[in-house]
Amino acid sequence: MTSYSLRGLRWFEALSGGAKPLEGLPASLKVADLELAGQNMRLLAVVADPDSRFPRARNGEVGLLEGWGLAKAVDDAIEADRDAPHKRALVAIVDVPSQAYGRREEALGIHQALAGAADSYARARLAGHPVIGLLVGKAMSGAFLAHGYQANRLIALRDPGVMVHAMGKASAARVTLRSVEELEALATSVPPMAYDIDSFASLGLLWETLSVEQIEQPTMADLARVTDCLHQAIDEIAGAPRDLSSRLGAPHRAASSQVRQLLREQW
Amino acid sequence: MTDSAALLNKHSFVELGARQRAKALLDEGTFRELLDPFQRIISPWLLRQGVVPQSDDGVVIAKGRIDSLPVVIAAIEGAFQGGSLGEVGGAKIAGALELAAEDNRNGVPTRAVLLLETGGVRLQEANLGLAAIADIHSAIVDLRQYQPVVGVVAGSVGCFGGMSIAAGLCSYLLVTQEARLGLNGPQVIEQEAGLDEYDSRDRPFIWSLTGGEQRFATGLVDRYSADDVAQIRTQVSQLLHAGVPAEHRSGQAELFLQRLGRLDTDVQIEPAAVRRLYQGERP
Repeated sequence: MTSYSLRGLRWFEALSGGAKPLEGLPASLKVADLELAGQNMRLLAVVADPDSRFPRARNGEVGLLEGWGLAKAVDDAIEADRDAPHKRALVAIVDVPSQAYGRREEALGIHQALAGAADSYARARLAGHPVIGLLVGKAMSGAFLAHGYQANRLIALRDPGVMVHAMGKASAARVTLRSVEELEALATSVPPMAYDIDSFASLGLLWETLSVEQIEQPTMADLARVTDCLHQAIDEIAGAPRDLSSRLGAPHRAASSQVRQLLREQW
Repeated sequence: MTDSAALLNKHSFVELGARQRAKALLDEGTFRELLDPFQRIISPWLLRQGVVPQSDDGVVIAKGRIDSLPVVIAAIEGAFQGGSLGEVGGAKIAGALELAAEDNRNGVPTRAVLLLETGGVRLQEANLGLAAIADIHSAIVDLRQYQPVVGVVAGSVGCFGGMSIAAGLCSYLLVTQEARLGLNGPQVIEQEAGLDEYDSRDRPFIWSLTGGEQRFATGLVDRYSADDVAQIRTQVSQLLHAGVPAEHRSGQAELFLQRLGRLDTDVQIEPAAVRRLYQGERP
């Protein structure tokens, strides 16, 4: 099986520009520190490890090692910058097909491993690290909750292969007792059910969408465009609240704001 | 007390609905519901898909006191759409936790109790459910800096999907024997990985790996209670009084990576192997 995506790895390689990856982490994690135009950042990507000891996590899925490994890599940055006036940005390169589905995963508490990663990203954000999710491929369900969804700002590349969803189509159809065709038909009229990135953007959850020339193997122009966008995001985060409130406000997510307003009035 | 008298005195928590559970935990007369069903804040997405909405969207938010401590309870109704979280229900939980954290920054020590009976994201509202769960994660991590967030998984739905990650972020977790706690539902694992990997119809097998007793024995939850209102109430109160833990379970990456490094993955996993790996030689 070599059907896994290489996008996360390619974007990691391009952005890190040969910076030495951190050691002591699972082979499925690529993490490196670099300075881009005066800004310190740590890049983090989950990539396929066909030789993983966990057979259900060999194609880039976020499993036990990935969840806890991400937590460790983020904790390490929080600790290193504890007293730094400018904390390094954390850039999660998101290309994750799913969480790992398996007997070992459930038995050993994959939910807790993913909580470890979400916890660390959230604490980093609250501590003042700019956290950015850069979506270059799939951003699915629990995998995305663990790797990227705690970011201050989400940036997505505009491409049919960039998708956000709660469950793969086949399983979602089974659970909701529909056919895949019915599911796809519904998705065209119900934006939160769609898989494409423009529907996702209509929910107000993305800060920016970018078009690139070659998403599978970024060109120099692509790299420059994304780097520039990362810097703009970091600048904006510096003056903004450390919570996720910037995701509220889109017409397709009006109820989320209304509920919060009513709760506040009745609190 | 005779056995039959003890039995008559026992009140099941599991068989209570979300609103009754919240009332049962709060001090007499202190229950006050926010965004109650009469305000009819319903899901904007279900009707157009032919699903009948519920006037509280399956989530009850109540303020009150537990042994005089100020708390907000978020209780998920497992009987409505499998306890799945859509936009409104998710925003109710996230919003309540955000206000509790704000309380603490203003000197009011509000704690939170989450009653979790949920399959995770409501697939009819997919990406808005997922986004709300990310907000819930963020709010738990924020609030638990100040005061405990106690999660209760009583059963019988259990706690799955993105909300199992929320459970993993709680300061403390309490379960009963009826509870299951896991990321992926059995049906989905069977669909994705095959029957040999996970037989969704084999209930003893599923409970042996993800049931409340096993989760307690492996240290993935903190308390194990009988299905009894008084006992659960006492234990929740104790956890609320315990304050913020020195270390959260979700902050122990090094420890868990070391344990996973010792696991022999050449053989398929057994419940006893998880107990040995996570609890050493302790009984």
